[in-house]
Amino acid sequence: MTEAAQTDQPTAPGAQLLAGAHTVLGAPAALRDRLLREVPQPRLLDLYRGLCRLRAFDDRALTLQRQGRIGTYATYRGEEAVQAGSVLALTDRDWVFPTYRQGAVVTLRGVAPEVPLLLWSGHPGGWHDVHRSRVAPICVPVATNLPHAVGAAWGARLRGETWVALGFAGDGATSEGDFHEACNLAAVMEAPAIIVVTNNQWAISTPISAQTRVTRIADKAAAYGMPGVRVDGFDVVACHQVVSAAAARARAGGGPTLVEAVCYRLGPHGTADEPSLYRDQAAARAWEPMEPVARTTTALVAAGVASPAELEAIREELATEHRDLGRAIEAVPAWTAAELAGTVHDPTPWTLGPEGLAGPVRL
Amino acid sequence: MTEATLVDAINRTLDQALADDPRVLLLGEDIGRNGGVFRVTAGLQARHGAERVIDTPLSEAGFVGAAIGLCLAGFRPVVEIQFDAFVYPAFEQLVSHAARFRWRTAGRYGLPMVVRLPYGGGTRAPELHSDSPETLFSHVPGLRVVAPSDPAGAGPLLLAAIACEDPVVFMEPKRLYRRGRQPVPERVTPAPLDRAVTVRPGRDLTLVAHGAMVEVAVAAAERLAEDGAAVGVLDLRSLYPLDRDALVEAATETGRVLVIHEAPRHCGLGAEIAALLQEYAADRLLAPVLRVAGADMPFPLLRNEDDYLPGCAAVVERAHLLLDY
Repeated sequence: MTEAAQTDQPTAPGAQLLAGAHTVLGAPAALRDRLLREVPQPRLLDLYRGLCRLRAFDDRALTLQRQGRIGTYATYRGEEAVQAGSVLALTDRDWVFPTYRQGAVVTLRGVAPEVPLLLWSGHPGGWHDVHRSRVAPICVPVATNLPHAVGAAWGARLRGETWVALGFAGDGATSEGDFHEACNLAAVMEAPAIIVVTNNQWAISTPISAQTRVTRIADKAAAYGMPGVRVDGFDVVACHQVVSAAAARARAGGGPTLVEAVCYRLGPHGTADEPSLYRDQAAARAWEPMEPVARTTTALVAAGVASPAELEAIREELATEHRDLGRAIEAVPAWTAAELAGTVHDPTPWTLGPEGLAGPVRL
Repeated sequence: MTEATLVDAINRTLDQALADDPRVLLLGEDIGRNGGVFRVTAGLQARHGAERVIDTPLSEAGFVGAAIGLCLAGFRPVVEIQFDAFVYPAFEQLVSHAARFRWRTAGRYGLPMVVRLPYGGGTRAPELHSDSPETLFSHVPGLRVVAPSDPAGAGPLLLAAIACEDPVVFMEPKRLYRRGRQPVPERVTPAPLDRAVTVRPGRDLTLVAHGAMVEVAVAAAERLAEDGAAVGVLDLRSLYPLDRDALVEAATETGRVLVIHEAPRHCGLGAEIAALLQEYAADRLLAPVLRVAGADMPFPLLRNEDDYLPGCAAVVERAHLLLDY
């Protein structure tokens, strides 16, 4: 893997974190173009399509939230590169364990975008089929999905199968006990797990400097006896390369890898958050040139991988695909309380049957 | 048939489950070479291998969480928590994830995992080794909670828990681990997971108990029989869901119900049972439902253990209140 000096990094506070992180799109232009031309063109276009698919969903969800048509929504604008790069580095046999920040990665596994959008609208029809997609339900308490990923990966090893499991976390999650327990267990059990920490430098209002005294989260891997890798989190190609290498290592019996994808939270924590209360918005705007869809578009065109028109066609196609999602989810009938009650246990106990739900009908 | 203690009965059932189903795994601290601190898993690693009877790091949240992932990988993990109060670090994984998985897949998939929880007092153990946290789990939608009370009942209930497609907290009354022996069959067959069992029929009063308190209830019933009262004992076994039909039937037969549990009284199972009988059997009750329960205090250090635990005398005293009502 190429270690190239980052050349397009912003001058914003926190940009120095990118130093030493594996990058392709951040390499000097001539090197960047050569590196991109070494990647098969269909793969680059797949990655670009993944980026644009996630962006189209995020754009649509933000609009629908502002229109009051879905509930509180966790935007991931700017994190499409690490999400698409990571998930598209896996095979469909590999498991993915997302958090609320990766709310649409199921659509990279063929699940229709209506499904995760239904979930954000508060409809239980939004719980996707986890075994068909091999994507776990999103976990809301940060880091708690990581032991699940490690358990699944460990299970693959116990079965003698070669699939791997990837769990997402953020920088804030690395302060949680479950992060530690998951990393430790993964290493001890030689689980073919990949833990991808999207270091966007903010946990709601808590900056990374108030989260941990290490400046490189990947360094924490040493405490568990596993490799820690740093990557430019705004670079879909670099993320794909790093996760592909970690997955290959895991499949070959090499055990887990901790990946730190360095980026910056371009937007708010969620639609109920107001970042101007706690961070310098000028500094945040200084990161905008790294926004992965535009950055990738520029690089692919510069390297001659695709024309501006071809890339615009991909963006347009995906935006169109997501355009009528609001109407689509509103057409789905609401579930009744009795239907909900049937999804807690199998078989459903009397407490959730008609008499249990209603209480005694006569005294 | 073989004579078995509670420990033997659980051990034999785990052995059978491991032999019958390659998806069954045991996880926990010191359960392999050491056979568990209570020796419940003694010999199982030697028989089934270190990849099926697995010693984990000291990491309750980690390995209970990992059990969720192991379920997704097609296994049926049976997790041992070393002592009752050591489950608290794993509480979030059980409550926020294991319990909600079927819900979170719109009813499609459960997590077939069992958490074995040696619980309760009476063993002269250090602090945080004697808790009875059943209410914490029976209050959580999505979990089933069961507790055997004797060797003969433990195996069938454990086998049913392992066969269940949803998570089950299997509470083992550790003071009964080596209390006595009962005949158990060579091969165990599963019992219903949601049924109470009538230990002895009654006419005047029903004592409702689970786990180690069943023994106390039986002793009290025998004492009360000397006074001429026909006192029944209902062993709950299923703490969630409660066997409503059995409770209503007991209230119908005797009209007087006394609930015994060693967990603190406030919001304990006794409160739920009293409320349930109010709702479904008020017209059968001849007296208020009473409780003999632990006090609302941390489980005491060993010198005060017997002051805290419900005993035969306290049950008899309360029973007389009801019988004289």
